[in-house]
Amino acid sequence: MSQIPLSHILFVSTALFFIGMYGFFTRRNMITMLMSVELILNSVNINFVAFNKYLFPQKMEGLFFTLFIITIAAAEAAVAIAIIINLYRSHRSVDIEDADEMKY
Amino acid sequence: MNQFQYIVYIPLLPLLSFLLLGLFGKKLPGRISGFIGTLVLLAVTLLSVCVAYEYFFLDGKQDGVYKLLVPFKFTWLSFSPGLSIDMGITLDGISAMMLVVVSLVSLMVHLFSLDYMKGEPRFSVYYAFLSLFTFSMLGLVVATNIFQIYIFWELVGISSYLLIGFYYEKPSAVAAAKKAFIVTRFADLGFLVGILMLAFYAGSLDFETIMQTLRNGNSPQSLAITSASFLGFSALTWALVLVYAGGGGKSAMFPLHIWLPDAMEGPTPVSALIHAATMVVAGVYLVARLFPIFSFNNAALEVVTFIGTISALLAAIIACTQTDIKRVLAYSTMSQIGYMMLALGVSRYGGEHGLGYTASMFHLFTHAFFKSLLFLCAGAVIHFVHSNEMKDMGRLAKLMPLTHLCFLVACLSIAGVPPFSGFFSKEEILSAAYRHNKLVYGIGVFTAGLTAFYMFRLYFSVFWNKTNKEYHHHAHTGPMMKIALVCLALFSIVSGFVPFSKYISSDGVPFQVEAEWMQSLLPIAVAVLGILAAYILYFKESSRPEIIARNFGAIYRTAYRKFYIDELYLFVTKKIIFNGIGRPAAWIDRNIVDGTMNAIAKLTARLSNLIKGFQSGQLQAYVMYFFAGVAGLTLLIIYLWK
Repeated sequence: MSQIPLSHILFVSTALFFIGMYGFFTRRNMITMLMSVELILNSVNINFVAFNKYLFPQKMEGLFFTLFIITIAAAEAAVAIAIIINLYRSHRSVDIEDADEMKY
Repeated sequence: MNQFQYIVYIPLLPLLSFLLLGLFGKKLPGRISGFIGTLVLLAVTLLSVCVAYEYFFLDGKQDGVYKLLVPFKFTWLSFSPGLSIDMGITLDGISAMMLVVVSLVSLMVHLFSLDYMKGEPRFSVYYAFLSLFTFSMLGLVVATNIFQIYIFWELVGISSYLLIGFYYEKPSAVAAAKKAFIVTRFADLGFLVGILMLAFYAGSLDFETIMQTLRNGNSPQSLAITSASFLGFSALTWALVLVYAGGGGKSAMFPLHIWLPDAMEGPTPVSALIHAATMVVAGVYLVARLFPIFSFNNAALEVVTFIGTISALLAAIIACTQTDIKRVLAYSTMSQIGYMMLALGVSRYGGEHGLGYTASMFHLFTHAFFKSLLFLCAGAVIHFVHSNEMKDMGRLAKLMPLTHLCFLVACLSIAGVPPFSGFFSKEEILSAAYRHNKLVYGIGVFTAGLTAFYMFRLYFSVFWNKTNKEYHHHAHTGPMMKIALVCLALFSIVSGFVPFSKYISSDGVPFQVEAEWMQSLLPIAVAVLGILAAYILYFKESSRPEIIARNFGAIYRTAYRKFYIDELYLFVTKKIIFNGIGRPAAWIDRNIVDGTMNAIAKLTARLSNLIKGFQSGQLQAYVMYFFAGVAGLTLLIIYLWK
């Protein structure tokens, strides 16, 4: 059984990154935008794991980094959802376009 | 001279009462603040009289000469080893005399105001200002150096400004206060330049040092200041004339007198204190203080004489035509100060030649009493009638007997009728003028006649005249007012008997004035003539004054309009200075200075208008820019790296 080449995995992670990017740009719902950010983070995770496995199989740094990112993503989700709830309380909406007070 | 240490309290006590009344006066109920101010002044007066007594009778005289003592002095600002500004106290004949005059008149005015200002909402503020004024005037009088005089000079100016504008709801009072302040400030510019010149050449600000260096004709400083010349006059002449300009501004000398009649907008007791008895004679005092230098320079003395004579005559003529009781008194003040100035101008240094100096100080002394009495009587009358205009008054002799009597005493005194005080001092001035310059003497005698005429014109039209005049609201003259009036009337009667030349003379050496009765006959005759003329014209209501006024036509109108001097000032300031200097300067300021700044600001605003749309508040737009930036940078790095 031959190994899947590295480029395939990179292709998947790139696709995931741009899907997240696209979602972040186009969705107006803040929850959906948060989900898109998770996608971007996970594409980075895939990159870390893949490079670790294919280029430096005897080392563990990439995997550790991935674990850190997952932890931080969880914390970030908690903070982001708290912000979204507060915004909802003051604006009665989770639409990002309604929160535009900080303009010229 | 340690026994004079307590003299420090004389200026400090009013300062203390100013601070007390100014900070806490509003919390004190009723007239308490007035009583505090009056009590403090009483203490100051007692101290001043003590000082004068000790100086004149006990300690002042050494070997038959009154010395200049400096009982107290400290360095306030030092510039260089030789030059420093000191604060201190000088004691000599004129400062001891002025201490008594200022504190006495101020005490009387404090007393009078207790009733006069009763019910005034800003009663305590008024007393605080009075205390401030008294402090500054006393500080001015005892100054040891020319810069200390300047500092207190300005303090006096500002308290005068505050008191003229006391009724600040009235636009005319505000305008008068501003006018007084600006005109005197303008004069003080000359004073400052004069001070700097004197200090530059003499190398010191101290009176004693300046006099010693400049009076010694061979000292290098004295040679330098007399040899340096500008436009044909020596630097000394210029310095003295400039100092005199400052003094003339404060003392309402022609042509800087225009502020004094307007200053009558202030409360009447204030006019009595500041604009009759004390502040306006500060100019005379200044010249007297610097007299050892003035007497050294004939050109400057000529200027003093000339200005004094013109002011005396001009003001007397104007006073004959005015109808506002306080304005008549204001012009008479100006005229009397003119007398003092001309007496200084005809005086020379030392002994018999210094008669004018003594006479001037004597007239200052007596004038302070009878003129403040006149003003306080006018205040009582205004209190009663509620009007300043003479046509609203008349027949008051029956209604206000005490005021009538006091006013009569003061009028006789200013007219120069013996044995009232004004006679003695005026006679001395005229005989000094007679010895020096016959023309000045002639004008002086003529002015004396005019003085008698306009004072009695005022007296007859206020207290007699209209036989059927009725008054509706009787405001009654309070007890404090009566006490003040009677005290001042007594002073006006007795102050003429002080043998002044024994105590005050230009060089400190007492001398004897022989009374020349023949010479004083002419002024008395002229005064009686003036009184008679006033009696004929104004004792009964008649049309005679109007007929005379009509016959004189142009002359009367010119005098009534105060010789158009105010109009001349307005013409010069409004037409020439405003149009010629003010407007171009304003144009440059508005179009060139401001224009540059406005253009820069407008450019910035326009630029920011162009790009401010980027800050839309839309998070996703920002992310888009960010991503575009990162992508652009990445491309740049990839393709330019090689």
